[in-house]
Amino acid sequence: MKRLADRTSKWVFTVSGFTTSAVIILIIAFLFTESAGLFSTPIVEEGYVLAVNSSNNVKDLNTEQIKNIFDGEITSWDEVGGKDMEIEIFRLEDLEKIYTVEQLGAEYEHAGEKIAEQIYANPGIIAFIPESMIEGIPDIGFIDDRNIRIKDVLFGREWFPTATPSPIFGILPLILGTLWVSFFAILIALPFGISIAIYMAEVARPEVRKVLKPVIELLNGIPSVIYGFFGLTVIVPFLQNTFGLPVGESGLAGSIVLAIMALPTIITVAEDAMSSCPRSLREASLALGAGHWQTIYKVVIPSSISGITSGVVLGIGRAVGETMAVLMVTGNAAVIPHSILEPLRTIPATIAAELGEAPAGGAHYQALFLLGVILFFITLIINACVETVSSRHKTQA
Amino acid sequence: MNKTTVSAFLLSIAAFITPYISHAQRIKGSDTVLPLTQELSEVFAEDRPDAGITVTGGGSGVGISALMEGTTDIAMTSRRIKFSEKMKLVQAGHEVREYIVAYDALAVIVHPSNPVSNLTREQLEGIFRGKITNWKEVGGNDAKIVVYSRETSSGTYEFFKESVLQNRNYMAGVLSMPATGAVIQSVSQTKGAIGYVGLAYLNPAVKAVGISYTADGACALPSTETAMDGSYPVVRPLYYYYDKKMEKIVAPYINFIESPEGQSIILESGFIPKRSEK
Repeated sequence: MKRLADRTSKWVFTVSGFTTSAVIILIIAFLFTESAGLFSTPIVEEGYVLAVNSSNNVKDLNTEQIKNIFDGEITSWDEVGGKDMEIEIFRLEDLEKIYTVEQLGAEYEHAGEKIAEQIYANPGIIAFIPESMIEGIPDIGFIDDRNIRIKDVLFGREWFPTATPSPIFGILPLILGTLWVSFFAILIALPFGISIAIYMAEVARPEVRKVLKPVIELLNGIPSVIYGFFGLTVIVPFLQNTFGLPVGESGLAGSIVLAIMALPTIITVAEDAMSSCPRSLREASLALGAGHWQTIYKVVIPSSISGITSGVVLGIGRAVGETMAVLMVTGNAAVIPHSILEPLRTIPATIAAELGEAPAGGAHYQALFLLGVILFFITLIINACVETVSSRHKTQA
Repeated sequence: MNKTTVSAFLLSIAAFITPYISHAQRIKGSDTVLPLTQELSEVFAEDRPDAGITVTGGGSGVGISALMEGTTDIAMTSRRIKFSEKMKLVQAGHEVREYIVAYDALAVIVHPSNPVSNLTREQLEGIFRGKITNWKEVGGNDAKIVVYSRETSSGTYEFFKESVLQNRNYMAGVLSMPATGAVIQSVSQTKGAIGYVGLAYLNPAVKAVGISYTADGACALPSTETAMDGSYPVVRPLYYYYDKKMEKIVAPYINFIESPEGQSIILESGFIPKRSEK
């Protein structure tokens, strides 16, 4: 009977362990598969083409050039290697301005012909239209469509996910923004967190500790949007006045808010680890004539280092992945930050703000999933670093 | 329970529910139109207990695709239906009707201490596209312009891009805020700030500037009056779209909006009623 119970419990634990791991791996696999399609997506919006007059010799444009043409920055074809002729932009919406509903037909069956008419008439035209509408119509030139390149995404400096006709997904500013904010958040949270934990575990009287601990744990329960609002109304104006900045929404504001949010996790976990340091170790240290501080530094911290590390890892995890608070205080400008006092945009904030309206399966959607994958790797690398550092400490001790 | 009892039971339930369903309407779409539609449908349903109206948000695009799939009766949008969406609807066998519920004006706001009080469309385009970066270029102090915008998922963002920027892209360094309230908060505490919000959200913590779209530079400050008489240019219509087949079912609700009671609700909610048919 006893053996049966043993076996079943063993079986149950194995199964639950395996299912949980499998689910986590499946989630990661899902992230990868959703984002994988990005690099086989054409640069021009799916189902659409850029058509030109057949006399036009320009056949190749990159995303930057397409954006500048449709933004009116490039106005002549000779700037992109063509003839000296003015560029005329044609969007599908213009069709309704030129022709009446009767001319287009009740089910828009004549729309294709009318577009072709426009393309024949204007030698300098560039038309952004659905491919299906001009299928089979002769004598129309097309801009060659190629796939989004990995290089343009990973090292691209511009993030214009909703630019038509060709969105730009340069994620470099977002990665740098995330790293800057997280790095400074850790820099602020770590010394404060560890010192408060030491104070609570070793220095504070039991009555003080009894009050302080639940208060700090309570901080963990405050919703992040409230931290964000606090940051926007208090920290942002404070930074603006202190540093004389033109704009207070900055990476530093984000770091401070994140540090405050990560503190409770770091404190509670680290404090628990230190308090559970065996009494015998402490007494042995004191009996050998070590002072209180020496005991803390040489005995308590090394013996509880793995607990402290997990507190730090959890705190960092919270900082890197935090969304709402950062969304409200960093200004979300997708530019490469040159200092921590400038506005920047983080990966979680971008995903949260944009996923809602990104059409499922489209390039924008895939780009956001790619950001998810990158965020996953950033956290993974940071955790690995922390683990390595702490394990080295352990061997020294 | 045998089969007959079950089916009889189901039938009686169906008979009980059907009269309500035939009047019930589902309205889905833009979050900008959402509060107004809720207000209107609540008052509408007060006198007609059998007319259940369900209103849900989700965004203009979501409303249109729900209309296409038949999961809503009315799609509300804060922008005109796109040509491509209209084509899809027509090809899917829907004949869409368009109804303008009300108008919404967008106000461009700056910090209260900013001396600039008028801007033309060209100046605004320059500012939001990053061509104009200092306030002195538009007649203000020597200070950097801090540009606040909304997130790309917002209908307000789209409309501002279409109307003021003429479909060109915002500059890369624009600060995007997750909500209208955050834009107001930031503009009110940043000296060189400029941003845009719906007229209903204007408050004394920020200053609205007059805008001119014409060459003569006649500027109008945003208000319900200037928006109604057409002198304020940044005004967008808010639409309802529904299938022609649903016309009879939708009619009582639309008639209610047209009534003086409905029009006064629109005005009270901070939106602009349709200009008295000219």
